[in-house]
Amino acid sequence: MAVIRGSSGDWEVVIGLEVHAQVISKAKLFSGAATDFGAEPNTQVSPIDAAFPGMLPVINRYCVEQAVKTGLGINAEINLVSVFDRKNYFYADLPAGYQISQYTRPIVGKGKIRLDLADGSTRDIGITRLHLEQDAGKSLHDQHATLTYVDLNRAGVALMEIVSEPDLRSAEEAGAYLRKLRSILRYLGTCDGNMEEGSLRCDCNVSVRRPGAPLGTRCEIKNVNSIRYVMQAIEHEARRQVELLEEGGAVEQETRLFDAGKGITRPMRSKEHAHDYRYFPDPDLLPLRLDANWVEALKRSLPELPDAKKARFIEQYRLSPDDAGVLVAEQASADYFEAVARGRDAKLAANWVMVELYGALNRLGLGIEGSPVSAAGLGELVDLVIDGTVSGRLAKEVFAAMIETGKGAAFLVEERGLKQVTDSGAIESAIAAVLAAQGDKVAEYRAGKEKLFGFFVGQVMKATQGKANPALLNELLRKKLAG
Amino acid sequence: MALDKATVAKIATLARIKLPPSEQEHLAGELSTILTWIEQLGEVDTAGVEPMSSVAAMELPMRNDEVTDGGCREKILANAPDSAGGFFTVPKVVE
Repeated sequence: MAVIRGSSGDWEVVIGLEVHAQVISKAKLFSGAATDFGAEPNTQVSPIDAAFPGMLPVINRYCVEQAVKTGLGINAEINLVSVFDRKNYFYADLPAGYQISQYTRPIVGKGKIRLDLADGSTRDIGITRLHLEQDAGKSLHDQHATLTYVDLNRAGVALMEIVSEPDLRSAEEAGAYLRKLRSILRYLGTCDGNMEEGSLRCDCNVSVRRPGAPLGTRCEIKNVNSIRYVMQAIEHEARRQVELLEEGGAVEQETRLFDAGKGITRPMRSKEHAHDYRYFPDPDLLPLRLDANWVEALKRSLPELPDAKKARFIEQYRLSPDDAGVLVAEQASADYFEAVARGRDAKLAANWVMVELYGALNRLGLGIEGSPVSAAGLGELVDLVIDGTVSGRLAKEVFAAMIETGKGAAFLVEERGLKQVTDSGAIESAIAAVLAAQGDKVAEYRAGKEKLFGFFVGQVMKATQGKANPALLNELLRKKLAG
Repeated sequence: MALDKATVAKIATLARIKLPPSEQEHLAGELSTILTWIEQLGEVDTAGVEPMSSVAAMELPMRNDEVTDGGCREKILANAPDSAGGFFTVPKVVE
C-alpha cells in the first residue's frame, strides 16, 4: 500500500475504477449496423441508432453472450434476469436523449480480479458489477469555428461497464488492475482492449483519507484513455486532495477531466444537474432472461485464463511467478513460449522469449503476432545452444541475423561460420599465441595478479572470433597459465 | 405527493422544456394531482409479488450478430437541419 506523506502526516489514497469496454461483435447492441472502427462518418448508422421516430431496439444475442463470458472470466455471479433502463441526458451525440443501460438489475453481479503485484504477491480486487449499455456517438469540436461535427457510427455499439469496488490503494495498483482486466478481456475475445481506438476507457474515482479512517469525499476523473494517463491522473488528483485538506479546505464531490498535456486534473465546466439521470425501465425492452444451462455451457467453453495459465507455467515449467506473469499477459506470447519450450529446457526458452525476442520486438515496435522469427525458428536456435553447436553469446548474434533476414538458425550459423570451437587443439594454439604475445602480463599473473585471467579469456575469445567453447577455454587456459 | 414550484422548474430544465415562471404554479398543481392519483396504487398489498417489468406475455426477442442495416448515410442525414462532409453539424458544444 502506497502512502502519501503530507506535511501533517500520512494519507491513504482510495481508488475505484469504472471501465467501459467495447464488446467485440459484428453488429451493434440493439441494431444491425456494423461496428468497424474507422469507417467513413455516419456510414454505420441504422435508423435505430439515429433514434428515428418509431424505431424499436432488438437485442443482439452475441453481445449478451460476450457479457456473460466476461462475467464468468472475472469470477462473477451471472444474473439470470436483468433489466434495461433508460439513462436520460441531453448531448448532441446521443440522438434519443437517453442511453439504454442497466441500472438496478445488471447482467453480471459481484466478482473479483486477482492483481499480480511488483513484489510477487497477489491481491484480489472486488468487482461490483458489469452491465451492458450503448455507446454514444462521437463529437468533433475542432473541425469548425462555430459548429460541432457529429458522427453516429459508434452510437449504439455494445459496451460493458465494469465497476470495481474502492479496493485499489495506489496508481500502480490501478495500472496493474487495468492490465489484468485487459489481459482477461483479450483472452476471452470479448474486447480488443485497444485504448488508443477507445475500445477501453476508464473513469477513476479517487479519494484520500487518514489510514484506517472512513472514506473521504471522492472526485471522478472522466474518460482517461491510457493506462499511463490513468496512473498520472490518480497521482495528481490524490496530491491535489491532500494539499487541499492540509490547507484546511474540503474536497468537493465533482467530475473532473484529465489534461494529458499538463498532467493535471481540472473540474468539468458543465457539472450542473450532471448526475440527475432519471433512470426508468425501458418500455421498449422486456427483461433479459438467461437459461442456466446455457450459462453453464459457456462456462465450460472458456479458454484457460491468465491466472490458471500462470499457475500452470509455474508448476509445469518451474518458472518464477514474475516470469510466468510476463509470459501469460498475452495469450499469443504464452502460446509462443509453450511452442519454444516444448521438449526443451523451459527456463532457457523463457529467457530467449522474454529477453531477446521481446527486446527485438520492442525495438521494431511489433507485437508477438508480427514477429519475424517463428516459435519453431527460435526453437531451432535454442536447440543449437543446448547441443553446443553455437555458444550462448554468438547465438544472440545469430538471433539478430534471424530477425533481420528471416533465415533459419542452422543456415545462418553455417553461412557465417559461427560454429562453436570445441576442438581443444585449436583452442590450445590460440591460447599459446596469446600468451606468447603477452609475456609481461603472463609474468604479472604468475606473480599473483590473478584477476588478469579475465583479460586472457577475452584475448583468446577475440582471437577465435568468440567461437571458443567458454568452459573448455577456461579449463585449458588455467592449465597453461599454471605452467 | 405535492410538488413545489422549484421542483417543477428543475424537471423542466432537465427535460429541456422552456417553462415561464407564470406557469409553474399551475403545473405544480396539475402534476401533484396526477401523482396523488397514481399513489392510490400504493394501497394494494404487493408483499411477496415479483415486480412486473412488462405487461407483454412474451420473452425478449433476440437477433443474431449479423450486419443487416446501415450504409444509408444520405437517408440518415436527409432530415438533419444541417450537415457537412457526412457529419451532422450542431452549434458548438465544448467541454
